[in-house]
Amino acid sequence: MNLDEKVETPDVILAQETQIRPYTMNFGPQHPAAHGVLRLVLELDGEIVERADPHIGLLHRGTEKLIEYKTYVQALPYFDRLDYVAPMNQEHAFALAIEKLLGITPPPRAQYIRVLFAELGRILNHILNITTYALDVGAITPALWGFEEREKAMEFYERVCGARLHANYFRAGGVHQDMPAGLAEDMMEWCESFPKFLADLESLLTDNRIFKQRTVDIGIITPEQAQDWGFSGPMLRASNTPWDLRKSQPYDVYAEMDFDIPIGKTGDCYARYLVRMAEMYESIKIMKQCLEKMPEGNIKMNDYKVSPPPRAEMKNSMEALIHHFKLYTEGYHVPEGETYTCVEAPKGEFGVYLVSDGTNKPYRCRIRAPGFAHLQALDFMSRGHQLADTVAIIGSLDVVFGEIDR
Amino acid sequence: MPGEALKDLADYIVEKLDGDAAGYSFAKDELVIHTDPKALLHVLQFMRDNRECQFQILIDITAVDFPERAGRFEVIYNLLSVRQNNRARIKVSVNENEVVPSAVSLFSTACWFEREVWDMFGIPFDGNPDLRRILTDYGFEGHPLRKDFPLSGYVEVRYDPELRRVVYEPVSLPQDFRRFDFLSPWEGITDVQLPGDEKAVCPPHGWHPVERTVNAEQDK
Repeated sequence: MNLDEKVETPDVILAQETQIRPYTMNFGPQHPAAHGVLRLVLELDGEIVERADPHIGLLHRGTEKLIEYKTYVQALPYFDRLDYVAPMNQEHAFALAIEKLLGITPPPRAQYIRVLFAELGRILNHILNITTYALDVGAITPALWGFEEREKAMEFYERVCGARLHANYFRAGGVHQDMPAGLAEDMMEWCESFPKFLADLESLLTDNRIFKQRTVDIGIITPEQAQDWGFSGPMLRASNTPWDLRKSQPYDVYAEMDFDIPIGKTGDCYARYLVRMAEMYESIKIMKQCLEKMPEGNIKMNDYKVSPPPRAEMKNSMEALIHHFKLYTEGYHVPEGETYTCVEAPKGEFGVYLVSDGTNKPYRCRIRAPGFAHLQALDFMSRGHQLADTVAIIGSLDVVFGEIDR
Repeated sequence: MPGEALKDLADYIVEKLDGDAAGYSFAKDELVIHTDPKALLHVLQFMRDNRECQFQILIDITAVDFPERAGRFEVIYNLLSVRQNNRARIKVSVNENEVVPSAVSLFSTACWFEREVWDMFGIPFDGNPDLRRILTDYGFEGHPLRKDFPLSGYVEVRYDPELRRVVYEPVSLPQDFRRFDFLSPWEGITDVQLPGDEKAVCPPHGWHPVERTVNAEQDK
């Protein structure tokens, strides 16, 4: 049939226009709902997504390559810059990996401090995710309320390590410095008041009709599919899979903590929101236990080959001064070997595959970011959904490009 | 140290696979199973489906470059069993230009991980439906995580106000990239005879000549 012959009547022109499909649309990288620098090429049939092709790497900085040229001490700050929403959780994985290769265990107080701040990081992450997610689906108030509370939590970060974001606080063999006087009391006070804020936040969203219309039954993923796509963390738990590394493969003092693992039943965007919400209550429980049980004592290994000597001692002891100098120029040597060590980061399983050749620099440091696997499933999850639902799905994936692009 | 249960599982896997797995080892307490590219898919499928293993989550695929080895790259598959609470690593050694079969048919998540390994190391995966670069720039050349790829890369970008677009240029470093080697900082100067140090043991190849311009000027 030759279409050129039939362009005379308006009816046929209309019929011709509807034949243009699929429609390809560029979403991002500068789009507020793209959560950073996600470039998404969408193939649309009307408003229905036929294919979503995420183009990532716009924030690629070559972290893994850079780490190969740095000593173990110098490599640590790179981990803050991966998932910059919860920096200390990443440091935790790297510190644990080095400790495993060195065969050392940090003193108990250091372990409690690390767990305390890893849980604070989880709250930081979940507040950011839930509030911006709500923003994506049309609710502005949660972001205004949430960021005030988040700022308070970041002040604790600042007081313990001097920086709001790029902490560089955890070390192989402990933490950099002890908590300043009064911080534990202030954190306890905050832990008492924070659940009240969470209840307020929940009252805005959990039963909100619009929020539920945008998220319930959107982006459903079954437990089998979630495992097939390599999900972990809240994404896997929302799909009815009880799995949490803090319980199943506990590290530091998680084994001593009493907390529950919230599970979502439906595996949709709403379930993922509920799981994250419930996890914050559990994090508060863990933080309180840490603050109550935290013993006195050293905050880093008393071994000057791994952790620097105290400043006061360096004024009197030549030995201490030499150790300090050696540690910050040459660094420590890690015995030959390899390990895959992972932590339950707020977004899922964050792992470090560290290969050491016996020198002071890592031979290879592979960073396994949970968001990478989650974002890959976006195509699968958004097929057949409306364009606006894709935004809700991206929000529920909890992507941060610092860790995905590395 | 590895638990008895994990050792038994390793023995079981190697026995059942009947030659497809070349053996196993333990890195600290982590199970590593060695195989070759031809048997890889069979090993992965067995590890996923066998009742004793049930490694249903492919956590990660990555590679390590060892330029001095015969099989230059080591491709590593990290598996996790939620049911059994176990982890295992599968290692495959491949040479440059050697093809690894793609695991996409077994694990959907393998696609992007393989793309990343291709992008970073240049190891091709046979059967991957979408083997494009993933993290590097559009039109990027080379494979950055290879050990022979320089840290600074080959090209740099800047905005050209005249052309009104971003232009690519070869990297120019005002100062050479310095890689500090602190491995032996204490040896110091051993082959120069310093003034006042005449009693020092002479090195086997003799003293290195000393530039004494500074002292000579002072003497005048």
